[in-house]
Amino acid sequence: MTGFWNIFGIWAAALLTIGIVSFLYRDNPVYKFCEALFVGISAGYWFVSLYYQNLLPKLFDNLGFTKMLGFSQDDGALQLAFRGQYDVRIWYILAGVLAIMMLLRLVPKVGWISRWPLAVVVGSTAGLYMITYFQSNFLSQLQNTVIPLVDMGRIKGLEGLASGELTADRFFAAYLGNLVLIVGTLTGLVYFYFSKEHKGALGSAAKIGIYFLMITFGASFGYTVMSRMSLLIARLYFLFGDWLGII
Amino acid sequence: MQRLFQILLAIDRRIIFLVIFLALSVPIFLHLKIDIDVTREVQIFYDAIEALPTGSRVLVSCDYDPGSEPELQPMAETGFRQMIKDHIKFAIMGLWPQGPMQANKALAKINEVREGFIVENGDTLAFGRDLIVVGPDTIRYGRDFINLGFQAGNELVIQRMGSSVAAAFPNDARYGRPIETYPIMNGLNKLSDFDFIYNLSAGYPGTVEWVQFAVDRFHVPCGAGNTAVQAPQVYPYLDTGQLTGLMGGMKGGAEYEKLTGFKAKATMAMVSQTAAHIFVVLFIVIGNLAYFMTRGKGQRKGLS
Repeated sequence: MTGFWNIFGIWAAALLTIGIVSFLYRDNPVYKFCEALFVGISAGYWFVSLYYQNLLPKLFDNLGFTKMLGFSQDDGALQLAFRGQYDVRIWYILAGVLAIMMLLRLVPKVGWISRWPLAVVVGSTAGLYMITYFQSNFLSQLQNTVIPLVDMGRIKGLEGLASGELTADRFFAAYLGNLVLIVGTLTGLVYFYFSKEHKGALGSAAKIGIYFLMITFGASFGYTVMSRMSLLIARLYFLFGDWLGII
Repeated sequence: MQRLFQILLAIDRRIIFLVIFLALSVPIFLHLKIDIDVTREVQIFYDAIEALPTGSRVLVSCDYDPGSEPELQPMAETGFRQMIKDHIKFAIMGLWPQGPMQANKALAKINEVREGFIVENGDTLAFGRDLIVVGPDTIRYGRDFINLGFQAGNELVIQRMGSSVAAAFPNDARYGRPIETYPIMNGLNKLSDFDFIYNLSAGYPGTVEWVQFAVDRFHVPCGAGNTAVQAPQVYPYLDTGQLTGLMGGMKGGAEYEKLTGFKAKATMAMVSQTAAHIFVVLFIVIGNLAYFMTRGKGQRKGLS
C-alpha cells in the first residue's frame, strides 16, 4: 500500500508541476485548477499549522482550556488560579484578549478596538529592534567602512608571496577592494542627498553612486535568476528521474 | 540588419522558454560535469566547522520549507555529513514550521542503513530513526544529535534561547520528552553554550535575525546557507565578520560539496545552471543591442 501511495504522490506532483508550467504557453483551465488547488491547500495547511503550533500549545494548553474540554490531563494556569496558586502562564490570558481584540476588526462597528493590539505589536517590535538594528546594521557596517584607503598590511603580505600565488581576487582585495568600498559608500550616500541640486561635483558623485546602485541591483537580479533556475532544475530532475525514470 | 533586430525584439516569449528548457535539460541527459572554484565565503564556513574540536556542539537552525529545498537541502545534507565525519554533535531546530522536517529528510537521505534495530541498555534503537549511519560513523539520537523542533515566535525564540534553551524548547520534537533528559543537552543551558550556529535560511525569520540576536547579542559564531535571492542581503554581514562563512544558492551548495569531497545534487546541477546563465546573458545582450539599434533608427526618423 505504501508503494501505491508513493507512486500516486509522484504522479500527482508531476501532473501538477506540468499543470503549473503550462501557464508559460498560455493561460488555461488546467493551470487555473492547479493554482486554485495550491492556494486552497496552502491556506488549509497554514490554518492547521498555526492552530496546532500556536493557539493550542501556547494559549489553550497553557491556560487550561484543553483540560476544561477533557482533551488533556495537565492543569493549566486557570485551574491553578482557581485553587489559589499563581502560575506565570496566566499572563497568556493577556495575549488571548489581545488576539480577540485584533479579530474585532472584522466587525465594522467595533473595528477600532483592533488598533490597540496593533499598537502593542508595533511598539514592542520597535523597542526590540531599536538597539538591535543600531548595533548590527548601523554601527558594525559603519565600523567596517572606516578603513584605510589602501590596505598596506595586505600589500606587504602579498610581497612575500610567490608570484604564482598572486591571484586576481587577492590583488583586488589588496589594492582596489577598500577603494571601491569607500567610493561606493560615499557616492551612494551622495545620490540620496537631496538637500542640494545634483550639479557639478555633487552631480558627478551622484552619477557614480547610481552606477554602484545599478551594479548592486544587477547582482541581486543575477542571484534571483540563479535561484529560479535552481528550482526549475530540481523540478526537471524530478520529472525526468523520479517520474519518468529516463535519467 | 534592422529587420533582424526588429524580428528579435518581437520574438515570441515561448521560444525563449523553450531555449531555457533545452539549456537546462540537455546537460541532465548528457551527464556533463563542470569544475567549479570555491569562493572565499564558502571556504570560511567549511574551515570554521573543521576547526571545531571533536565533541563540539552546533545548533542547526533550518529556517526554510520545501519551496527552497533545491537550494538548501544539499547544504543541509553536506553539513550533516561534515559534522558527523568530524564527530561534532548537533541540535536541530527551526524558526519555520517545516524546517525540522527538512532536517529529518536530510538525515534520512544520508543515512546508509535504513532497516533493523539494536537493543542497548534496554532501549530499542531503530536505524534511520535513532541511529544514523554515514560511512564508518554512527550517531545516536539524544547522545550525538537531537531535534528540538519548531517554535513559534520568530526572533523572540532566539532571544529566549539566550537565557534558556529549555524555556524555548521544553520538549524534543521526536519523542516529546524534556530536553534535559538527553545526554547531548548536558551543560547546554543557553544559546552561548553552543560552539557554532549553522543557519539555513530562505527568508524571514532567518540569517538576518540570527546575526542580530545570536551573534551580536549573545556572541555565538554563525555560518549560513542562504537561497540565492536572500544572499545579497546578508553579504554585508560577511565582511564585518558578523557571519562566519556564507553559502549562496545552489552554487554555494556545490562549492561546499566540493570541499567535503561528496559531490551530490548541487554539483550535478551546475552544468545546467551554467548553460542557462549563458543563454540568459546572451538574451540580455541581444535584447539590449536590438533595442538600442532599432530605437536609434526610430529617433532619427522622428527627427527627419
